[in-house]
Amino acid sequence: MIGIENIIFLIVAALGIGLFVWQIRKIRKNVLLGRDVELADNPSERINKTLLVAFGQQKMFKRMLPAVLHLFVYVGFIVINIEVLEILIDGIFGTHRVLGFVGPLYSGLMALNEILAALVIIACVMFLWRRNVTKVPRLATGVEMRAWPKVDANIILVVEIVLMLALFVFNIADMKRVLLAGEEVVGLYPVSQFFVDIFGEDPEQLYIIAKVGWWFHILGILAFMNYLPSSKHFHIIMAFPNVYYSKLLPKGKFTTNPAITHEIKAMLDPSYQPPAPEVDAEGNPVMQRFGAKDVEDLTWKQLMDSYTCTECGRCTSVCPANLTGKLLSPRKIIMDTRDRMEEKGEHPAIFAPNHYKELGVERVETTDEKTLLRGYITPEELWACTTCNACVESCPVNIDQVSTIMDLRRYLVLEESAAPASLNAMFTNIENNGAPWAFPASDRFNWADELYVPSKN
Amino acid sequence: MEENKRLVKVPTMAEMAANGEEPEVLFWVGCAGAFDDRYKRVTRAFVQILEHVGVKYAVLGTEESCTGDPAKRAGNEFLFQMQALTNIEVLNAYNVKTIVTACPHCFNTIKNEYPDLGGNYEVIHHSTFLQQLINEGRVKVQGGEAFKGKRITFHDSCYLGRANDIYEAPREVLAALDADLVEMKRSRANGLCCGAGGAQMFKEPEPGKKDVNIERTEEALATLGAGNGVIATACPFCMVMMNDGVKNKEQEETVKVFDIAELIAQAEGLSK
Repeated sequence: MIGIENIIFLIVAALGIGLFVWQIRKIRKNVLLGRDVELADNPSERINKTLLVAFGQQKMFKRMLPAVLHLFVYVGFIVINIEVLEILIDGIFGTHRVLGFVGPLYSGLMALNEILAALVIIACVMFLWRRNVTKVPRLATGVEMRAWPKVDANIILVVEIVLMLALFVFNIADMKRVLLAGEEVVGLYPVSQFFVDIFGEDPEQLYIIAKVGWWFHILGILAFMNYLPSSKHFHIIMAFPNVYYSKLLPKGKFTTNPAITHEIKAMLDPSYQPPAPEVDAEGNPVMQRFGAKDVEDLTWKQLMDSYTCTECGRCTSVCPANLTGKLLSPRKIIMDTRDRMEEKGEHPAIFAPNHYKELGVERVETTDEKTLLRGYITPEELWACTTCNACVESCPVNIDQVSTIMDLRRYLVLEESAAPASLNAMFTNIENNGAPWAFPASDRFNWADELYVPSKN
Repeated sequence: MEENKRLVKVPTMAEMAANGEEPEVLFWVGCAGAFDDRYKRVTRAFVQILEHVGVKYAVLGTEESCTGDPAKRAGNEFLFQMQALTNIEVLNAYNVKTIVTACPHCFNTIKNEYPDLGGNYEVIHHSTFLQQLINEGRVKVQGGEAFKGKRITFHDSCYLGRANDIYEAPREVLAALDADLVEMKRSRANGLCCGAGGAQMFKEPEPGKKDVNIERTEEALATLGAGNGVIATACPFCMVMMNDGVKNKEQEETVKVFDIAELIAQAEGLSK
């Protein structure tokens, strides 16, 4: 029975999905602003990591309470999507609970859905509580946690609660209507069964309530999907590719720039022939900056990192610099990268970059330069990093904050010679004495003087 | 010189090569190990252990130069590669296969970053090396100072721990002392940096409320509790930072900072 309602639904669904695809293309374009980097090696190890860290939420479990609450929402999201599939089919073809034919399996699924939906509501309420009442420091503080990220987080939680409530409204009204008609209820509804009488006994009214619940749920999902690209909640999609493409090498291994190697080899050995420089489509040599000044100097993976960030602040909460009151916050580095990328490239439906200067944030002394470095991220932040990798270790979605910090630092040193004076002195010592301190190289072996061990006899 | 001691003549690669010999391991001393007065004692303790167990080792002596690690972490990739390429030339000329070092920064750089530039070696941190010597029974951890019941807490170096996933080797070395090992709340993968990594060792900290080493020392002191205790480290920079922290807290009379190699040398009766 395909009627006008089904056609309206089809149009709305097509529009919602189309808009989403349009936004995703923008995001993709932004990520591809980044430099190319080869990250396709070791697919089996990458798949393993994705299963453990992304699907298995492994790194979330460093903190038990949020991990369990998050697991409810995560599993709820995945399982309830099966019902969403049914909703789509029902909506298009005018069927009613079309997957019901699988019998006990369907009952189990519906029962699981209801329990998960209830757990999602409980988890979201507790998340709201943590953000707004107990004000967990990593969620509530930091210069980067201005108005928009806070509103964004609350919007997500409230919308999730409302969507789950709409699901219950539909299930309750639908079940009562079916019961009144003397038909058999398809599926098991362990939560809704307790509320089956709350909407009265008027079949007409119940039909309308069920319809409203149904439409609200599906429209809510379509709207929410289109909200994702503007939100930290986009992590529900990006977490998977981001973990897949994460660093498989030891965390201590920083990248080596081969262009510099060629330059040094040519310096040391005049007969050395460096490879021909890379050329673009028109045959002009590609000028590569040493280090990163702006988003296009970072790799696509580093840009993808910033779309994966859910602003949870675990990185910042374990950063030794941040813990001791320095300006550096690894989360800010990642959020600034996203803001700058969307400012320079495309931006999704809602765009609210963090212009610290305009916002009057005095502690972050940015300049008017339209670049990631200085326009958003100040040298003071970069020089506070100890490269200890605590942020990288703590990130549940394998963002590499240190790599971005290092590339920005490299620009300061290699292109601007703008290192702090004490570091320049260290460089000079290494050049002259082969040690970071001003000791003569000829004294290097003095430690071995007058050294004794007990003789064995 | 007392009769029961012998003077050590530390062999260099140059001498070995001149005699047509090759050592089992090259001991990479590092700049801190060669120049920092406090860390020189660690270098000497480690050599005493090598001599004691009869490992065939050699050092580069004055031919050694900075790995380039501080330059690289400070963003000076150019200077890093200059150092690295020069060092690799020296190491490859001596046909070096295995390197042991007491510095996690040298360890990380040579192990992880030199291969891209043509330097491929088996690189071992001294914590792993000592662990092997103990496991093989070559170091018996007896004949010297007794550590039984002494409270020791191990401070993880970032470049050993998170950077290279070596958490257990230094702990197993310490376990051989039969001491009372206590863990700080932030340890292993969750360990807190001493504040010196990423070339911070060579600059003043950025403006903030507190120095990182003070934060970490407070945690270590709280973990050790009242009375005598030892903060064990396995990195020259951590050692400087923790020593400064203990002095800042005026606890240097009761709390000592030692490298794991020094503790083993003491327990083995090598450092009298």
